[in-house]
Amino acid sequence: MTLQEWFFTALALVGTVGALRLVTSKNVVHAALYLVVTLASVGAVYLLMAAEFVAWVQVLIYVGAIVVLLLFGLMLTRAPIGREALDNQQRGFAAIVGLAVLAGLAILVWDTFRDAEIVLGTSTTAEVGESLFRTYILPFEVVSFLLLAALIGAIVLARREEG
Amino acid sequence: MSFVDQLFSNVWIVLLLKVVLVMGFFLVAPLGVGYAEHKILAHMQHRLGPMEAGRFHGWAQLIADGVKFIQKEDVIPRAADRWVFSLAPAVVLVPTILVIVVIPFGPDIWALNLDVGIFFVMAISAVSVIGVLMAGWASANKFSLIGAVRAAAQLIAYELPLILAAVSVAMIAGTLSLVGIVEAQRDYWFVLVQLPGLLIFVVASLAELVRTPFDMPIADSEIVFGAYTEYTGIKFAFFLLSEYGGIVVLSAIASVLYLGGYLAPPGLDFIPGPLWMAAKIGALSFVIIWLRATYPRLREDQLQRFSWIGLIPLALVNILVTAVVVVVV
Repeated sequence: MTLQEWFFTALALVGTVGALRLVTSKNVVHAALYLVVTLASVGAVYLLMAAEFVAWVQVLIYVGAIVVLLLFGLMLTRAPIGREALDNQQRGFAAIVGLAVLAGLAILVWDTFRDAEIVLGTSTTAEVGESLFRTYILPFEVVSFLLLAALIGAIVLARREEG
Repeated sequence: MSFVDQLFSNVWIVLLLKVVLVMGFFLVAPLGVGYAEHKILAHMQHRLGPMEAGRFHGWAQLIADGVKFIQKEDVIPRAADRWVFSLAPAVVLVPTILVIVVIPFGPDIWALNLDVGIFFVMAISAVSVIGVLMAGWASANKFSLIGAVRAAAQLIAYELPLILAAVSVAMIAGTLSLVGIVEAQRDYWFVLVQLPGLLIFVVASLAELVRTPFDMPIADSEIVFGAYTEYTGIKFAFFLLSEYGGIVVLSAIASVLYLGGYLAPPGLDFIPGPLWMAAKIGALSFVIIWLRATYPRLREDQLQRFSWIGLIPLALVNILVTAVVVVVV
């Protein structure tokens, strides 16, 4: 194995253990912290594939914003963040759904990239910007519009309960 | 090839050297700022400050403090979540160290010249909020939890103006690399065209550092010391170190973005660049300490309103105007 593959294996192990602990942990705050481990290991995999910009986007958006909002929401509301253990009775069903999704994705990736040779080239931020705002400008704007709609929708929903 | 060239061509030796230099800077510069804060605050309040340790004007006070912190008992409350409680200081501290890696002290004096530069700085410093939330929650203390929630609300609110102010600079410079941004200021420093940006950046930095007048999360008269209430000894020292390290780091980033970084003012080129960088970091740190001695604490609602209604719209207008000017000129 090359050095890169060794690093990938290590990161994949860390991410998998984090993800498993995330769903088996009986404390919501612990689960959120394991989510940090999993998301950070995905970011590290991006770095390993020389996609520097995407890697730091992953850290800024997922670790720095989404998990922080999640923790903030847990602590600000009446969520059970004390010592009580949380559990529910649907683990068998959840396991089946999880394994089915895993199998589906694994088959899809295997089928598509079976013989593909992935050439790693470093991409600069300038190149990412160029392709985003020249080649993919329409999808980019559509996604922006969707996010704006979601934002306004969230405000409307939150306001309705108030008045 | 001489011995020295051979030594520096080895990747691992260079890496080791860089790590040693970055850690050295990280351990020395915050001590300097901490000592400056003791003395400057004291003189602004008409007292002497530390005078005993090390004989001359108490210069060794913070080293003595460090030794004291190491000797103290490391108390973990019985109800605390041991692992999360112990990890939190590291999660707060490590991002500060990582940001130092990209700060340029000269055209060729940096540990890493990342292509994503300023974006890396913003992404990494966003991680330390998680450490504060971990500390507040794991302490099993209501004051800690209130402090952590306040800290998180504040850091979320003030991260936006910080990033939006930096966006304007990146648009003028046409690059995200910190060295590139400094080099783009060869003709004029960006403070001349981005004065509102600099003000937004410094105010948002103060709030990110949780310093007066934005120290609601550690308001000692109502919630003891916020998220850090239960910490003692070396772990508490970690939080203090990350605060002073944060002052150094954010002053350095503000110098790079607005004050020309390592560039000398016109006619003063004979003084080398790293000294100019150090002088600018020192000047901005002085302003941050000065503000602490000047302003009272903002209330929580004032603090939130100031960011969402004041700084963020201002930063957005700044981006708009900058974009128009950059395209037209």
